[in-house]
Amino acid sequence: MTATTDRLLTVTDLAVSYRTRHGDVRAVRDVSLHVDAGETVAVVGESGSGKSTTAAAVVRLLAPSARIEHGTIDLLGRDVAGASPRELQAVRGLLVGLVPQDPTVSLNPVKRIGEQVAEVLRIHGLADRRVAGIEAVEALRRAGLSDPEVRARQYPHELSGGMRQRVLIAIALVAKPRLLVADEPTSALDVTVQRQILDHIDELTSETSTGVLLITHDLGVAADRADRIVVMSQGRVVETGTPDEVLGSPREPYTKALLAAAPSLRGARRVAAEPAVVSGAAPSDEAPAALEVRGLVKDFPLPRTGGGGTLRAVDDVSFRVPRGHTLALVGESGSGKSTTARLALRLAEPTAGQVLIGGVDVSHTRGSALRALRRQMQVVYQNPYSSLDPRWSVERIIAEPLRAFGVGSRREQAARAAELADLVALPASVLRRRPAELSGGQRQRVAIARALSVRPDLVVLDEPVSALDVSVQAQILDLLSDLQRELGVTYLFISHDLAVVRQVADEVVVLRNGRVVESGAVEQVFADPQHAYTAELLAAIPGTTTHRPLASAAAGPARGGER
Amino acid sequence: MSSLDALRAGERGPEPPTEAFVPTALDPNTRADKFAATSSDRFADAVLDREDELVHRGFWQTHLGELVRKPGLVLALLWSATIVVAAFAPSLLAPGDPLVGVPADKLQPPSSAHWFGTDQLGRDLYTRVVHGTQLTLEAALTAVLVGLVVGALIGLVAGFVGGIVDDVAMRVVDVLLSIPALLLSLALITVLGFGTVNVAIAVGLANVASVSRIMRSEVLRVRTSVYVEASHAGGSRWWTTLGRHVLPNSVGPVVVLAALELGGAVLAVSSLSFLGYGEPPPAPEWGALVAGGRDYLRTSWWLTTLPGLTIVATVLAAGRISRALDGDAGRNR
Repeated sequence: MTATTDRLLTVTDLAVSYRTRHGDVRAVRDVSLHVDAGETVAVVGESGSGKSTTAAAVVRLLAPSARIEHGTIDLLGRDVAGASPRELQAVRGLLVGLVPQDPTVSLNPVKRIGEQVAEVLRIHGLADRRVAGIEAVEALRRAGLSDPEVRARQYPHELSGGMRQRVLIAIALVAKPRLLVADEPTSALDVTVQRQILDHIDELTSETSTGVLLITHDLGVAADRADRIVVMSQGRVVETGTPDEVLGSPREPYTKALLAAAPSLRGARRVAAEPAVVSGAAPSDEAPAALEVRGLVKDFPLPRTGGGGTLRAVDDVSFRVPRGHTLALVGESGSGKSTTARLALRLAEPTAGQVLIGGVDVSHTRGSALRALRRQMQVVYQNPYSSLDPRWSVERIIAEPLRAFGVGSRREQAARAAELADLVALPASVLRRRPAELSGGQRQRVAIARALSVRPDLVVLDEPVSALDVSVQAQILDLLSDLQRELGVTYLFISHDLAVVRQVADEVVVLRNGRVVESGAVEQVFADPQHAYTAELLAAIPGTTTHRPLASAAAGPARGGER
Repeated sequence: MSSLDALRAGERGPEPPTEAFVPTALDPNTRADKFAATSSDRFADAVLDREDELVHRGFWQTHLGELVRKPGLVLALLWSATIVVAAFAPSLLAPGDPLVGVPADKLQPPSSAHWFGTDQLGRDLYTRVVHGTQLTLEAALTAVLVGLVVGALIGLVAGFVGGIVDDVAMRVVDVLLSIPALLLSLALITVLGFGTVNVAIAVGLANVASVSRIMRSEVLRVRTSVYVEASHAGGSRWWTTLGRHVLPNSVGPVVVLAALELGGAVLAVSSLSFLGYGEPPPAPEWGALVAGGRDYLRTSWWLTTLPGLTIVATVLAAGRISRALDGDAGRNR
């Protein structure tokens, strides 16, 4: 914290409610917080905790259905809560800059980058067209974009996600506001890009002693970046203090639970080191692996308008997953990990290479033989909100593979669906419901039950917890490792989150630009990464680079199989 | 941070193509849901989680309140109910015989005895309009059904199979769309012959093109959704996936379109019977009634105006209901 105690923002007893079809939701209740000059205040909490609503209220960009019930928002002596639209125009951009959540949708696709940055200066009459253009390029440079002159003339679709987020930061900071409100600025980005972006926000704000209100669901980010942390739950501030106080010795049970759920590099592993189901001694090399891929290559043709040619998404990838074990494919977006999974599942045709299931080459199996093969390998997708047909009942969803393979009568299928719901710890009452009536965590349990319904040998888990809140993540990961211990299934686990991978996987394969850069046992790779890229990925995980370790005392729920 | 950039550039050699040039249909990453999309879902979760704490407004209060705020919809629903009654039990609304006239009472203006007045043969116009509902509605419904079934099938196959099948089907649709619908119907009737059923088929076939376009675009959207791939990966046969996932999830907008087309079909059927392609007289079809009053337009305005207004009201009601369906479907999605 800087020496100055210049108070930028004071929020007092703020309450915001939304009108929904189900009734009025009180999203924020009696929230009070403040941000001083040069200070970074992180607001952390799970979905629905009211943290984003608080941020939106500070810039008065609430959804039309939202209403400020009471409370004051004091920004440098101006009352934002009761300000007229005209007064707000003078505040936004000039006094407070906003970095929105999703860089992929937050830029106007038909305007050049430079124009969009310069727009802020032009609106506030700070510069004429020519000067604004020059300052926009300068702002892009400060935001850490290479070749800012070139970028200013490009359109958003020509930039990657990380570059677009830098553009948004440039827009927020170009008019040199006193306060920056960043709403999950990096949640849509890879960890390494996230670190660069957050470093930049740190640098830019410390130079100009700008205050930052950082909204995040990631405790690691908060621990690394914040001077103070405000923990929110159910619309209320639960706890507030320095990272050391809040994360080192949390007082409130909610904070403790949140910390326990956060995947950490130091927490206990969930995976059983020796799966009980593997018969005999450790799997020898001769025993057929549940899944083996050899020299997989996948080329995608590029459109002729882009110059034609091909894009090699997967380049000579080989690995094997012994029965009952978990292998994790790790990499950033675009590294080819999802494509590799689709090749292994035979949902895409490999350009070259082999896929072996249980020692049998299935690279070119087609038709009914391929369909029969699907009984041995099932998949759980990343997003439980889109992988379940919204019109089907949960019972029908779970029984779908059974019906597809004609297993049992209709009555037996229903019984099996009930059994599976019980296995994934869902109450029997959900069977009649539709996915929209379930929470994200419950939906992912349904997806897991569906994958297990035909007793597959191999389950491909494509980022199974990335779309979920941390506490729900922890439950799903627990469930997955329990199921592996009980049923002896083999997992191919796709993730960009190394902390999650460490908890569930036995072996890890690090992919980059379609190539394997490193592979080996999880503990070994994590303790002693051989490749610079792996080290970079590990270092970029938030919450590991500081002296402040995440409290991990409660991270490993007591269970028998662990050592 | 720049170290990573350097690392990346150094090792890779030529810069990989930027994200924009990756073929979107094949790249699984581009199909991954955006963070904002899931975060709104997660907000909905949070709302559900806290349902017991909500300040409830109550079911009836909400729904009645919504209806009161839409008097147009209430009116449209009432009108449609009347039309349905007129079609299935015309005697309830107009007990008289539509074909028997009292020559002494010819060309009387609307009065309490003859609500819509009488025609040149002394037949009660109100009775004729009510009894004509069945013919007109039957023709319109058949037309919509033909258009819906044929159009949806073409759209479903074109969207799901893709490739050359899609290309051929859509070029045929392009040709159909380039011919004015009424002209196409006229040509078809000339081939099929006169009569209500033939009019219906002709109008329906003229609708096929627009229905198949909508269906195809919906199928294209649903086909790439994750639950369709999940079904495929789960081992379902392709036709099972098509029938159980793709069809039910893509048919919504087509149903909305059908409600809208019902109004259009009433209009088209009436136009054709106005032109004399429908049932031969004395059958009381709406369009024929309007046509029959033409000769007396100067002296007896009600003969064309009142059946005409009936057609207008029916078309408007169908449009309003279609809009309501569209709104509700949109909110549920």
